[in-house]
Amino acid sequence: MIATHTLSDVRITLPSWEEFLHVVLLEEYNTRVVVLGVMALGLASGLIGTFLVLRKRALTADALSHATLPGIVIAFMFMVGLGGDGKSLIGLLIGAFVFGCIGVLLILAIRSTTRLKDDAAIGIVLSVLFGLGICLLRIATDLPSGNSAGLSGFIFGKAASMVASDAIVMVSLAIFVSICTAFLFKEFTVLCFDSSFGSSQGWPCLLLDTILMTLVAIVTVIALQTVGLVLAVALLIIPAASARFWTNSVKKMLISAAIIGVLSGWLGAVVSAVIPRIPTGPIIVMICGFWFLLSFVFGADSGMLKRQVQRIRLNRKIELQHLLRAMYELIEGSEKESVTTYSIVSKRSWSNSHVNALLQRAKSGGYIEATGSIEFRLTSFGSSEANRIVRNHRLWEVYLINYADIAPSHVDRDADMIEHVLGTEMVHQLEALLDHDDIIDSPHPLGGATS
Amino acid sequence: MDNLVSLMSNINQSNDRHSEHSLTAPVSIHDMTVAYQRKPVLWDVDLDIPEGKLVTIVGPNGAGKSTLIKAAMDLVPKASGIVKFYGKTYKSQRHLVSYVPQRETVDWDFPIDALGVVTMGRYSNIGWCLPVRKKDKHIAMEALERVGMSDYAHRQISQLSGGQQQRVFLARALAQDASICFMDEPFASVDAATERAIVEVLTELKQAGKTVVVVHHDLQTVPEYFDYVIMLNMRVVAHGNVDEVFTEENLKKTYGGRLTLLSEAAERFARQGKSH
Repeated sequence: MIATHTLSDVRITLPSWEEFLHVVLLEEYNTRVVVLGVMALGLASGLIGTFLVLRKRALTADALSHATLPGIVIAFMFMVGLGGDGKSLIGLLIGAFVFGCIGVLLILAIRSTTRLKDDAAIGIVLSVLFGLGICLLRIATDLPSGNSAGLSGFIFGKAASMVASDAIVMVSLAIFVSICTAFLFKEFTVLCFDSSFGSSQGWPCLLLDTILMTLVAIVTVIALQTVGLVLAVALLIIPAASARFWTNSVKKMLISAAIIGVLSGWLGAVVSAVIPRIPTGPIIVMICGFWFLLSFVFGADSGMLKRQVQRIRLNRKIELQHLLRAMYELIEGSEKESVTTYSIVSKRSWSNSHVNALLQRAKSGGYIEATGSIEFRLTSFGSSEANRIVRNHRLWEVYLINYADIAPSHVDRDADMIEHVLGTEMVHQLEALLDHDDIIDSPHPLGGATS
Repeated sequence: MDNLVSLMSNINQSNDRHSEHSLTAPVSIHDMTVAYQRKPVLWDVDLDIPEGKLVTIVGPNGAGKSTLIKAAMDLVPKASGIVKFYGKTYKSQRHLVSYVPQRETVDWDFPIDALGVVTMGRYSNIGWCLPVRKKDKHIAMEALERVGMSDYAHRQISQLSGGQQQRVFLARALAQDASICFMDEPFASVDAATERAIVEVLTELKQAGKTVVVVHHDLQTVPEYFDYVIMLNMRVVAHGNVDEVFTEENLKKTYGGRLTLLSEAAERFARQGKSH
């Protein structure tokens, strides 16, 4: 079949609307099986992947999945040697599991007996065992007896060949992993956050680590058939990593990762069923990647967009406070009530237009009001705000000068940054510490007139 | 074989003698040596920590201060020696011991809020596989209140300042309601407000009859904060009440040539001691 296509043969026939509906509505039995199986797999790997990522063992899982290849081939040869055709799936998966675990143990052994760190140990184990697997695979294909044709399917996965019993295995896996996650939630959380505290409390962290990695190994081995050993780790890492952008709690991260895993599985299976010749495993991984991109940009907790908005908001707030402070200090000690644009410009390294824009913003915010074409004064609201800002600022300056051994000429820049994050708690403590309740004279006012 | 038996009985005897000697001490360390790979970091540590006191461990970098408390709690393996808590092994007395690790040991980007971290102090009380109870949340909240952090209970931990993170760690230990508390450098790079909050909690713990053991690096505050001092430099140089043991001579022995900066401080303490 495959031999009849060449590299230049790039035709991808898009399906008709009817065909599309036929697949999406799961009217076909085969599609139903694949979609169900892959969704269950997405759920299981999303859940266990969350703890894997939080435990910072993502790359260990990658080594684990690559290390399964020699296990699969050796199991095949062993079964052929016993006189079968080597096609027992259970046998192959047991081989995969055993070698996956051997891979993890080798990493641990290298890390604890040499000076090498995790990354180097993982690199060595991953490549050497995968290389061994490829060599053995070559030998297995040349074996006179046995049918080794299916073995290479484990490298890139063959979801389309999934049968009902496979889907049942995946659904059971998903249920099993969900139960483990629910019961060991607390234990895994303390393991991932602070294992030395956990040990001091009597939690057997080594055992918990073993349970976690065993669950990872089971999920990986079951995912092999679908996404293949090269990409298996993607299902574990990407949904969990994407979920991190949406939430700040382990519980919600688990739920989000499970949802992203299930959605990726469903979409991937549907897309590969609708568009012929698109392999299921890689498309699932690409869809995971798409979710990651979405989360990275739009994530409600630490997505790029939100962080940018927060940064811009903070900058605007800081600038407004600078403006109010500048106005306050211009008025302070003089009879005047209003200040001109020019005097503000001379106080700060701002351009004319920038100051005008700031003044407009302050005006619409109700902080200041115009008293002439280029003259402004603080409203009573603006004045009390300015009062508060200047007070915080000067408390902080005095604190730094008196307690932190910083030369007064170096204080202002730091204070500018920090006054905006000073909480009320800190201010109260500073007040008590410094015995100041009223506005105090700035050790060096804005504009550098002191030097 | 006979030799081995007699050796074993010797060891047993020395154990027995030791436990008789220190049944009441919250922590009694006997002949403890700890080695990381090839390099020993603690030699023959032998001391009893008195009950109901604020105890500090001081010594230069690499003196084995953190190692001492970690080895006592079986967090690092001992090359030799025995540690007893109220005359029993750590394993059986674990519920009586709380631990505040160094702040840098955990990933503060972890998706959890302050209350969540403090609730971890209740986990071993809850036990395997069971969910967190309302009661535990309540106790955790109280612990946060005691360190002045109840306003930050639902703040993600990465958004807390270093001092606030340290107070969350302290609250986690409080939530365990243990009678012995080990703290590893709780005053390291914290703000003045946190230092004061921690000292207040330490005093409260002492008044409640608890034993607190603090790894500390600021020699100046030792006489002010602590009752009992263990001076350590790979072995115990001196241990005893601060006013008796914390002398210039012992500081020189502990810090060796490195004390040029610190000797000034020691002199000041000596003068203060005389004026009292």
